[in-house]
Amino acid sequence: MSEAIAHTAAPLPARECLETLVADILAEARAQGAAAAEAAVSFGSALSVTVRLGEVETLEHHRQRGLAVTIYFGQSRGSASTADWRPEAIRDTVRNACAIARHTAADPCAGLADPEQLAREIPDLDLYHPWPLSAEEGIELARECEAAALTLDPRIRNSKGGSVATHAGLAVYGNSHGFCGGYPTTRHSVSCSVIAQDESGMQRNHWYTAARDRNDLETPAVVGQKAARRALRRLGSRRLGTQQVPVLFAPELARGLIGHFVAAIRGGSLYRKASFLLNRLGTPVFPTFVTIRERPHLRKALSSAPFDSEGVATADRDLVDSGVLQGYVLDSYSARRLGMETTGNAGGTHNLIVEPGPLGHEELLRQLDTGLWVTELLGHGVNLVTGDYSRGASGFWVENGEIQFPVHEITIAGHLAAMFQGIAAVGNDVDARGGIRCGSLLLERMTVAGE
Amino acid sequence: MATDTLALARQQLLIPAGLGEGDLHRALSCLLGHAVDGGDLYFQLHRAESWSLEDGQVKSASHAGRQGVGVRAVSGEKTGFAYSDEIVLPALLEAAAAARAIARHGGDGQLQVWQSTRRPVRYEPVDPLETLSAEAKVRLLETVDAEARRQGPRVSQVMVSLAATQDTILVAGSDGTLAGDVRPLVRLNVTVIVERCGRREQGSSGGGGRVGYGWFLDEDRALGYAREAVRLALVNLEATAAPAGTMTVVLGPGWPGILLHEAIGHGLEGDFNRKGTSAFSGRIGERVASPLCTVVDDGTLASRRGSLNVDDEGTLTQCTTLIERGVLMGYLQDKLNARLMKTAPTGNGRRESYAHLPLPRMTNTYLLPGEHDPAEIIASVERGLYAVNFGGGQVDITSGKFVFSASEAYLIENGRVTRPVKGATLIGNGPDVLTQVSMVGNDLQLDAGVGTCGKDGQSVPVGVGQPTLRIEALTVGGTQA
Repeated sequence: MSEAIAHTAAPLPARECLETLVADILAEARAQGAAAAEAAVSFGSALSVTVRLGEVETLEHHRQRGLAVTIYFGQSRGSASTADWRPEAIRDTVRNACAIARHTAADPCAGLADPEQLAREIPDLDLYHPWPLSAEEGIELARECEAAALTLDPRIRNSKGGSVATHAGLAVYGNSHGFCGGYPTTRHSVSCSVIAQDESGMQRNHWYTAARDRNDLETPAVVGQKAARRALRRLGSRRLGTQQVPVLFAPELARGLIGHFVAAIRGGSLYRKASFLLNRLGTPVFPTFVTIRERPHLRKALSSAPFDSEGVATADRDLVDSGVLQGYVLDSYSARRLGMETTGNAGGTHNLIVEPGPLGHEELLRQLDTGLWVTELLGHGVNLVTGDYSRGASGFWVENGEIQFPVHEITIAGHLAAMFQGIAAVGNDVDARGGIRCGSLLLERMTVAGE
Repeated sequence: MATDTLALARQQLLIPAGLGEGDLHRALSCLLGHAVDGGDLYFQLHRAESWSLEDGQVKSASHAGRQGVGVRAVSGEKTGFAYSDEIVLPALLEAAAAARAIARHGGDGQLQVWQSTRRPVRYEPVDPLETLSAEAKVRLLETVDAEARRQGPRVSQVMVSLAATQDTILVAGSDGTLAGDVRPLVRLNVTVIVERCGRREQGSSGGGGRVGYGWFLDEDRALGYAREAVRLALVNLEATAAPAGTMTVVLGPGWPGILLHEAIGHGLEGDFNRKGTSAFSGRIGERVASPLCTVVDDGTLASRRGSLNVDDEGTLTQCTTLIERGVLMGYLQDKLNARLMKTAPTGNGRRESYAHLPLPRMTNTYLLPGEHDPAEIIASVERGLYAVNFGGGQVDITSGKFVFSASEAYLIENGRVTRPVKGATLIGNGPDVLTQVSMVGNDLQLDAGVGTCGKDGQSVPVGVGQPTLRIEALTVGGTQA
């Protein structure tokens, strides 16, 4: 039945079609008495396949529609959403939003973004590179990826599978200030997760590659081999004694640490006084060699956006310059609460880049000398109000700059403010697969709890 | 009398779309026509709302609605899946055509005659969104805020959220399954920030279940959450650095049962065990816990957050014994994994929505009570940690390592609870941790109804519970080495 298996992901509708929907929603909001309104309509289409032990495990077709509206009666607001694009659904959804706004309290800070901050031009950031992947082709690539892992070493005994996924989406946002903008994006990925086993037990690990353009992906074979090597190196993991040592965070985990920093300087955390980084603007939060820039217009990047989720133009800026905090992460609402201006971060940040230092991974291990190289974290033990940090970890014990043995079933703990100040080096081994690009981070000292 | 939830589901999902059972047959036949072993259609109507308060006022709220149908075709270990956001026949047939593409060889499924059994009802098919007027919802949030602020001048921020969902589902399977369910779910959460001399701490509390909003007004539950959130935050204002290292840990009753969810429950889900990727794989009949431990997963508890009348494959939920007196008894199964492991489904096939595939998932997982007075358990510890409230947890199924993070904990010194310590992550090894249980309390409690479990990117509501437990050795991830 190969006629059916040739299915690819569903095509995107025309942008005009979504723009018309946004206009219809805004018109309906006006008709129902709203003084102001904003609407977002989105369509997403995806095809994903997973192959396990050489056989297809799942073949999934995704086609997701969304429609969301926020309306304002004066300073009172209400929001509603649906997956249904029919006119009667639009009417009902606007009615639901209006019903809510009749009961919410007036909030002087509520409202659309200020008109002068809305994007006037929408640069093409080269974010749309459709991959007409057939199910058959996807299965072949996933099989190739997994096979590269399974054949690397006889100790790779089992698999959670190799996967290939392609996603294309189109989103249009508009508001009653007259803004309407939208653009298509794609995201493709190849991933693999396998299990290594020897007399010491089983260890799993994974690897993935993701990009806007399939030509920028690592090859399936490379992904499979990396997954296998990462699983193999965990075999024979031991525990450690409880002690205080320097800790090197692998780039994929360093990104998470920077993510905690971003969460702590987000408008919502600040105006609620729910952050350990209150009133720190213009003060050093990191050592002088740490600089973090936001670059929303990088071509093809995974977090690029010409405007944020309320239509505000995004722009380059330095979040941290030579260790000093230069700005917060604000949308219009939180900015008004703080008596500031929006930073174009409604919906999040757009490509944060931690400026790489001079050292590579090997040199960082030498600088670490004796301590812990963390390659995986478990759990969510981060308190952004106090900055207290305590998480499960696994990785490697390092002595004299040389890896000694893998470790697991330990925790690492500290205080985020001190951890940020205690960064001893930023690596040049940048992980660029997400919205935060960062190399390894070497921290002077953390508490390791173990035996 | 049992409510006919199938009739309700039919009325909400099929009749408005003009679909009859003949159409379901046609869609399933279309799936099976291509050498597929079996398949199912999952119709869902989802409605949700959420109201939130800060600065003493309800300033934002939202409503969400979605409906659709997911179509799954299964052939051996293969699954093909597609869905549509529209419940209309052409979209249903198109999804069926996409889903069946998985099977190029394999079984020869036969369409079975519909069987719908009479079922006990674990919760009423109320529409929780309509159980209070909008004015009353706003008033409830304001009352909770006032109660929190009444606890003292140190309370600087109060955030309250009130949310409800109603899911109406209908499952039609080629194996003859025809089942419907109407699932209410409500939740109320309070988070406060307290401040003293520049130090800030947070405390959160809340609860919910498969009931209407009126439940929060009964027994002053909502006000209780406000007081509890402030109490927790004030305890944390006094907390000093948590210890680091391996020590005796006493876990309080109720929500600390997240231990069982992470350390045991996930590792016993059928998919991981069929594939041999769990640290518990192939260990049925072996001792994995002290004889004091009996652990069950029970989807039948009345009105609980993790309960279901039928799971998302139309299988009746049940109480499954996972560990009996320390011995591993069974796994949690959906239909696919049960068939491949030649066993029966246990009513644990769950999915986040019609746009997701079902997986074996927990419902309400808890450890049965023992004989000890909780005070006696604390008194037995010379030096250790008493952890009574937790945030989230996580597990690595394959290595068995799991964590869960305490948000309220105290030192035990010479058999007495002495002073509060800061939250810390606890880490252990799933297949070992229950062998370390040396005392089990007589104070079984289930959690207040706030748990959400994530797996493969899908979230589902769950419950946990346990009595007070003494664990001889667990690693506490504080900063005080």
